Amino acid sequence: MRALLEVVEVSRAFGGLQALRGVSLSVRPGEIKALIGPNGAGKTTLFNIVTGTLAPDTGDVRLDGRSLVGLPPFRIAELGIARTFQNVHLFGGMTVLEHALVGLHRHLRSGLVDAAVRSRRMRQEERWARERAWSLLERFGLSTWAHAAADRLPFGLQRVVELVRAMATEPRLVLLDEPAAGLNPTEKERLADLIRSIRDEGVTVLLVEHDVDFVMELADEVAVLVQGVLIAAGPPGRVRSDPRVIAAYLGEEPVADHAS
Amino acid sequence: MERPLPALAVFTLLVLLAGGLEVVRPFGRSLAGLTGGLLTLDTLIRTGLLTIVLVGLNLLMGYAGQVSLGQAAFYGMGAFWSAILTVRGPVLGLSPSLVQAWWWPWLVMLLGAALVGTFAYGVGWVILRLRGHYLAMATLGLGITVYILLRENLGLPHLNLTGGFDGVFGIPRLRLGPYPVWPAERYYFLVWLVALLVIALGLRVVDSRVGRALRAIHGAEGAAESVGIPAAAYKAQIFGLSAALAALGGSLYAHFQAAVVPATFGFVPSLELVVMASVGGLRSIWGAPVGALTVLVLGDFVRTWMRGLLPTMAGEVEGILFGFLLILVLLFWPSGIAGRRRAAEVVL
Repeated sequence: MRALLEVVEVSRAFGGLQALRGVSLSVRPGEIKALIGPNGAGKTTLFNIVTGTLAPDTGDVRLDGRSLVGLPPFRIAELGIARTFQNVHLFGGMTVLEHALVGLHRHLRSGLVDAAVRSRRMRQEERWARERAWSLLERFGLSTWAHAAADRLPFGLQRVVELVRAMATEPRLVLLDEPAAGLNPTEKERLADLIRSIRDEGVTVLLVEHDVDFVMELADEVAVLVQGVLIAAGPPGRVRSDPRVIAAYLGEEPVADHAS
Repeated sequence: MERPLPALAVFTLLVLLAGGLEVVRPFGRSLAGLTGGLLTLDTLIRTGLLTIVLVGLNLLMGYAGQVSLGQAAFYGMGAFWSAILTVRGPVLGLSPSLVQAWWWPWLVMLLGAALVGTFAYGVGWVILRLRGHYLAMATLGLGITVYILLRENLGLPHLNLTGGFDGVFGIPRLRLGPYPVWPAERYYFLVWLVALLVIALGLRVVDSRVGRALRAIHGAEGAAESVGIPAAAYKAQIFGLSAALAALGGSLYAHFQAAVVPATFGFVPSLELVVMASVGGLRSIWGAPVGALTVLVLGDFVRTWMRGLLPTMAGEVEGILFGFLLILVLLFWPSGIAGRRRAAEVVL
């Protein structure tokens, strides 16, 4: 099957630090792909390159064959890539419902003039957007907190708000940057279920994660990034037993098989 | 979409009441007489003019989160645009019959707002890439540049368009057909009609897709872009809108004051606008009239009081005391008088 997202030979340096060296990666439509690796492996850098926040020094990123390099982040979002952030970027002072509405931005067209005259288009759009936002909150279990300030919610729920905001854009591909970080085991399990339900809806998922057990349970495909180099990729079972991966994680032992 | 109408209706009634009192003069006393000198017609007209400017500044600073320390420059551009095109017609080669037509100043006013708005939109694309202190410095520089251009006759001393330090005087009053919008009681209603329309516009913009996008940009620009919001375009738009409103206020000011001098539009006035917006409440459209009125009345009060207390050095002490009062307000009332503390208060 043709890849939805292709990362081709991407390199990026920060001053003397080579964050990514010729990384190639492809994500097939409808799969959950995980990118794992120790801290500082370049995972977030790769995310930032895919979403257009950073430019690669060399290499290409393609969505459905179309190069994304050089496009501003909002254009890439319009093309169907949504994301969450490692250290949760919520809109200060805005409610949970408003976060969902902001996520729906690209499906609405009203501008300043519509706002000034309260055009029919705007009234129709707003009615539709509110219905849509509420159904998203219900689906993700946030409707109780619809009118709460999002940045005051418990951390686990803030993560879900980010997920709702990303999903509201109706992306083809959603990038989750360490979605499980800082969550307790119950929250992690709930999150895994949500991510599976997103995939089952037909949205492709690429996630970066530190928590290897979480990833091995969830992902269809795993890629391992160490010091800016992709050292292994494939189904979780195979990656787990790959000697290079074991070597890279030696001492940390997060790849150990708990079943044995 | 919430319906902000009740607040707007109540406010409109207040505006009509204040204006009505001045016209009817119950017990033969003016508004100033009835309020012990606290509210004069002049203060209320100024409040209306500044409200027009401050709604734009609130949208820009409070909602989009972009600091402007040069807003008085746009106010001044509007004022001088109107002044020059209604007074210096002959120098510009405009026919006297055109310049004397009753509709000419109105047309000039609208053109001025559109032009200044477009100018700011263009400039905005460039300087709104800057953030925080750098943006503040850029707008500051813009403000000072405009001030110097006005003071130095736009670099064309032989035409004497801006009148240099002395400015332009003899600006005609506005007329509607044969009816002059003057004396001040009449002008009061015109200014507040515009101000109320601008408040209504502000309330509508805030409560819309654009308003949400602006607040999102303010809250987390990267996240806003990640859902497809073109932050730079929105910032430039709102910068343009705020400048257009400032220019509109400036034109109305010119026809109210009948004379304009560059000093009214320098750096300190820009700062005063920021202070007014902050005191009123940056994240509230109602902060515009509330902030303008509070600061104007406070200023008048302090001036009168200090003049009685220390007649020889009133000016200096007044500035200090005024600044001190403002620091207190900002320290203990950071979201402003009309501002809500948070967008939402739900106890978890």
